[in-house]
Amino acid sequence: MLDKVDVLIIGSGASGAAVAWSLAETKMRIVCLEQGDWVKPTDYPTNGRDWEARQFSDFHPSPNRRARPSDYPVNDDNSPIKVLNFNAVGGSTILYAAHYPRLHPSDFKVKTLDGVADDWPIDYATLDPFFAENDRMMGVSGLAGDPAYPAKQPPMPPLGLGKSGTRFAKALNTLGWHWWPSDTTLTTTEYEGRAPCINLGHCTFGCAQGAKASTDITYWPQALRAGVELRTKCRVSRIETGPDGMATGVTYFDQDGVEQFQPAEMVILAANGIGTARLLLNSASERFPTGLANSSDQVGRNFMFHPYASIYGYVDEPLDGNRASPLCLWSHEHYETDLSRGFVRGYSYQLGRGVGAITEAITSTAAGRLPWGTDHHDTYRGLLNRRIVIAAICEDLPEAHNRITLDPVLKDSHGIPAPKVDYTMSENSHRMLDHAIARAKDILAAAGASNIGVDRPILFGGWHLLGTARMGDDPTRSVVNGWGRTHDVKNLFIVDGSLFTTSGGVNPTSTIQAIALYIADQIKQRLATLFD
Amino acid sequence: MTLTADETADYRCIAGMIIPASEKYAVPGADDDLIFADIIKSIGRDEADVKTALAKARSLAGGPLSALDAASRDSVADRLRAEGGNPVAILTRIVLLCYYRDDRVMISLGLEPRPPFPKGHVLEQGDWSLLDPVKARKPFWRQVP
Repeated sequence: MLDKVDVLIIGSGASGAAVAWSLAETKMRIVCLEQGDWVKPTDYPTNGRDWEARQFSDFHPSPNRRARPSDYPVNDDNSPIKVLNFNAVGGSTILYAAHYPRLHPSDFKVKTLDGVADDWPIDYATLDPFFAENDRMMGVSGLAGDPAYPAKQPPMPPLGLGKSGTRFAKALNTLGWHWWPSDTTLTTTEYEGRAPCINLGHCTFGCAQGAKASTDITYWPQALRAGVELRTKCRVSRIETGPDGMATGVTYFDQDGVEQFQPAEMVILAANGIGTARLLLNSASERFPTGLANSSDQVGRNFMFHPYASIYGYVDEPLDGNRASPLCLWSHEHYETDLSRGFVRGYSYQLGRGVGAITEAITSTAAGRLPWGTDHHDTYRGLLNRRIVIAAICEDLPEAHNRITLDPVLKDSHGIPAPKVDYTMSENSHRMLDHAIARAKDILAAAGASNIGVDRPILFGGWHLLGTARMGDDPTRSVVNGWGRTHDVKNLFIVDGSLFTTSGGVNPTSTIQAIALYIADQIKQRLATLFD
Repeated sequence: MTLTADETADYRCIAGMIIPASEKYAVPGADDDLIFADIIKSIGRDEADVKTALAKARSLAGGPLSALDAASRDSVADRLRAEGGNPVAILTRIVLLCYYRDDRVMISLGLEPRPPFPKGHVLEQGDWSLLDPVKARKPFWRQVP
């Protein structure tokens, strides 16, 4: 049997890396188990001529399509939005856009403010110092002074407007609507050993330059230097518990496929809103027959994506295309609740640039915009680099029937039951998408765009996996308390997006990491009484 | 599993129907030797879908596509797109992703035939005074009790 460790972290992505780094200063023995491997910068698609093609194969965001040895299958047949992730050191920060807004203060108090869902047991002010610490660690570019947020100070200046941003800025000024340069985790200057962005333009699929923050190049080097041990290609199958109901460690398959038991004083789950729920459900036992930490029957329930729509059009001149980061500006004009719009809560816009030559051809052919035959060439030349894109990101409220369960048939390569997703969009989400699409068309019209296209919801848009082990003060209605400890198992913590009580209407990574740092801080402050 | 000679011939015919050569732009069609070789090499994990799409095409054509006259091929193409579903979308995607990375095609479009790294691109800063009206707004994030 392996030696007992003080802290066992499952998952090395956004939250696992942050909590590992933060706890390292305690000098406890910390081990992190990661089912994937390190990704080398030379592996990223932008190194080769097939860079666009690889988004359809080994860098596809869906684990079902990508099907690497590090991936596990997900049955998402019963969902209009497909699950996306990446399994490697760095987790889904390897394969994300690097758009980095924070949740708003109102997001933590939706019950109080709007009478829906539940308030979080924590608030924005509590997280504020951890947002700032995380911004420094990840390296955030942006601009202070955004009137949509409380004061914050990104450590690097924002990405340039470019031609696309200039179009959007003028259009939004015409409408009198909010816009601001997006916070991103792309370097715009030299930063902590990372070179500045050189506009490879294909950021989502990994940055060969190292300008995009992923936790393998931000938190992990520091955590490893501080003594944390990271074991790769190790897939956890169960969290084990003892007669006293406490976690005793985990069973996992090592890189040679050999089953091991790693004893631990404390287990921290950082496996995302699907992986964490899957593992808790797979850890059912005689004492915990419906899954670990599931006395509330909330594990796997309240699963939230962000329903996305893509609204785009074409202008009369070439813009930035894919010759810069897809990130550009955001607009939070419609973020806060205004019931006259016909829905509660709100959405944000991610105002992008364009797409690559191949993506333009494929998506326009699929949309029926680009014909086969002799007209193909003329039509294509009228589209290339003229696309202007808006993504609407809608808050998704928790609903108990949207849930993760274990698939009765599907298993991963180790024979571990795979997760099954049952998800429907609510009427509120549909009305919100309607509004977001209509207002986005207003922006596109003001920007001089025509030939408008809409994708709703974006099929491969399930980046944000939230809510399946939600945080709350009431043990009968939540899985973890206000500092990440499960109500049922006092040495089991959760730090990933599964603990989100509500989803907000922005990309969640910044908030996930701030919460992970907050929970790590709580653990450090409470060490003497941590398991009481 | 690889494509048979008949399937390969039909695929090449379809590739040329999707993107024919253009004298106007001095570019080859997708049935060009080099481009089609790239297409065949790139089928990879999509072979089953490609075979399904080609079987559908042959069924609609009642035999080899190359045996049909141009008008009949166009008719088959219309039906293939309408009835072929996801397999035809995948077959088409492979054609497009190989065509638009061909050096001759990229140069004709004014694109540099190279990977993004390490040269990258230049992004203009733009006019930040556009932000002045937004900076003048009062904070509008919602206060919480």
